[in-house]
Amino acid sequence: MATMNMIQAVNSALDVMLERDGNVCVFGEDVGYFGGVFRATEGLQKKHGTHRVFDTPLAEGGIVATAIGMGINGLRPVPEVQFADYIYPAFDQITNELAKLRYRSGGEWFAPLTVRAPCGGGIRGALYHSQSPEAYFTHTAGLTVVMPSNPVDAKGLLISSIESDDPVMFFEPKRLYRGPFDGDPHKVPSWQGHPGSDVPVGHFRTPLSKAVLVREGDAVTVVSWGTMVHVVRSVIDSSDVSADLIDLRTLVPMDLETVAASVRKTGRCIVVHEAPRTGGFGAEVVALLQEECFWHLEAPIARVTGWDTPFPHALEWDYMPSRKRIADALTRVMEA
Amino acid sequence: MADSKYRVENPEGGEQKRVAGRAGRESASFLHVPDAPHRPGDEPRFARFTQQPGDLSRPDPLAHYEQLRPHATGLVRVLNDDGQAAGPWDPKLSPAELRTALMIMVHTRQLDRRMLTMQRQGRLSFYLESTGEEAVAAGAGMALLPDDLLFPSYRQQGLFLARGMPLLDMMCQCIGNRSDNSKGRQMPVHYSWRKGNLVSISSPVGTQFPQAVGAAMATAYRGESHVVATWIGEGTTAQGDFHYALNFASVYMPPVLMHIVNNQWAISTHRNLSTGGKSFAARADAYGMPGIRVDGNDFLAVHAVTQWAADRARQGGGPTLIELLTYRAGAHSTSDDPSRYRPSDEGRLWPGGDPIARLAQHLVELGEWSDEKQQELEHKAERMIAQTYKQAEKVGSLADGPHDPPETIFDDVYQNLPEHLQRQRDELGG
Repeated sequence: MATMNMIQAVNSALDVMLERDGNVCVFGEDVGYFGGVFRATEGLQKKHGTHRVFDTPLAEGGIVATAIGMGINGLRPVPEVQFADYIYPAFDQITNELAKLRYRSGGEWFAPLTVRAPCGGGIRGALYHSQSPEAYFTHTAGLTVVMPSNPVDAKGLLISSIESDDPVMFFEPKRLYRGPFDGDPHKVPSWQGHPGSDVPVGHFRTPLSKAVLVREGDAVTVVSWGTMVHVVRSVIDSSDVSADLIDLRTLVPMDLETVAASVRKTGRCIVVHEAPRTGGFGAEVVALLQEECFWHLEAPIARVTGWDTPFPHALEWDYMPSRKRIADALTRVMEA
Repeated sequence: MADSKYRVENPEGGEQKRVAGRAGRESASFLHVPDAPHRPGDEPRFARFTQQPGDLSRPDPLAHYEQLRPHATGLVRVLNDDGQAAGPWDPKLSPAELRTALMIMVHTRQLDRRMLTMQRQGRLSFYLESTGEEAVAAGAGMALLPDDLLFPSYRQQGLFLARGMPLLDMMCQCIGNRSDNSKGRQMPVHYSWRKGNLVSISSPVGTQFPQAVGAAMATAYRGESHVVATWIGEGTTAQGDFHYALNFASVYMPPVLMHIVNNQWAISTHRNLSTGGKSFAARADAYGMPGIRVDGNDFLAVHAVTQWAADRARQGGGPTLIELLTYRAGAHSTSDDPSRYRPSDEGRLWPGGDPIARLAQHLVELGEWSDEKQQELEHKAERMIAQTYKQAEKVGSLADGPHDPPETIFDDVYQNLPEHLQRQRDELGG
């Protein structure tokens, strides 16, 4: 075991997989010599060689397209899109090609990519360094969509993603890279001392499509993923409500069983995510729960999400779901 | 020499005004919207190819790309107007190889004819022919090796024939019956044949181009000796994927052959609207790689240029961009009606002629073929293809099936069926 922050955990997962599997290669903008703008690939090129960890031209569409070709021809590529906000030039390659290749070829061809992309806000990144675009990809059949919320999950899920023969969109909430942001913008949190920062040094897998119960209660279920897991936790910890907090970790294919079991137990539910509300993945969670658990519900399911606006710069903390908004929702759902 | 009005560097483009400005206007600025050289009712007037076999050298495969500059704006030819092979690009194939080429091309054309007829009879949902472009696929298909990995576009059915995909399997794909190896999921002609190293074709145009570059990067990564080849149409060179492919290829220098099939028309979009440039092959120069323009209706020239580029790639020389100058003799697809946007005799007057007739003429010149043998080959192919189609419909027809069971809709979305799809499958079944 070692204490790792989320960047170190991602780096460690890549390192382990580069070591274990000669077909794994890692590339993207600023990924090679420099080690990545967030330092996720620091030292990997020096250790594993320039042909396995390398820099690319500034073209997300080209990065993903060439990665698909590499995957078709036997490699297990892990391309990085520097910010999830810049993934759209690759959208056609991801949704029309990568996601459909196995299906359209009757299972003859597939490309086992893991596309890594830092996502989410809280770093004063404004419109184009803060987006959470996971719902564009959860809507596309054939993709696995993952978003870890702590170092040990980041490493275990990244290893599982790389080993998966299905393509994985691996979104890393960048506000969590250096510490478990709990909703207080004035604090500089650290992973030191957080149980999620105890990370095995070597190879291990965290299963895809398995949600995790972060804390246990009996009055309400809060479903979340990414940065918001920690904000929700801080709200629950400072309230007197006994709540289940579920971190989905994999959005698609989703672990409905864990979530539904909790909601059947509590009868109340809140879904919290950072992405905009309309058509967000929270809507799917709510729809599934009302199909599965309607007769157990004692209150309407609430959503706390980013607003249906672009992500602003100066008013960042008014955009992101705050402790107050989550606490208000908790009160509302408990009083209903 | 042809009419001077059309004696231009791009024989297909006609005269195009490239200088903005219009006399009598206050401003020199106006929106230049190019047109096709001929429209319905016009008499097509193409320039003859000014370049003859032998005009262009055949440099060493590892030559510096700048030595190929004349080849990017010129035209590599082997067969002259009398059907004789000449010049340094003559691949010197044996008569047996030439007959094989002719057979592939004739089978491709007969397959297209039969399938078009079947589509008109309502037995296929759609079809897309490659008439007039058979040498493009046959030339590359024969010059490349079985281990080479191919990323075709949707008008390269000849590649599948050249590699030996059974006609029955191709027809079953078009029908979408139970023997369709893509399991009834794709429109007709979107073949996939892993056994023959032919990657699944998709409809979005150009996506395969940078994928092929990535595949070639994987080849180089493992230090293997095969090459990767890919095809797109000239219309698709407008896509970003085209630039991604060339740019990544220029940076990493992987063993890839990138073919632009310049058949003049992208549905109704004439090549003059696809680019303001005169040569598609000339783009290569800016990326530091050789570009070669070749007479795409000259089987020998296509074969020779493919072999040259493959040799270059295998020897570590990196990518080559190849423009195949040809003409889309048929409609874009069965959903298209070209009489609405081009003269019906434009294809007949194309200076590159008909690729099958030209190769047959060459074999006759060599004393290895005759008109009678050609007719016999065509009739035999036609009969065999008609019979094979009957077999394919016995496996299953589009209208009456039997098709794969409905629950197979959920197969191959993921490697294993996830729970949410299991639930939807139950819902469909219930």
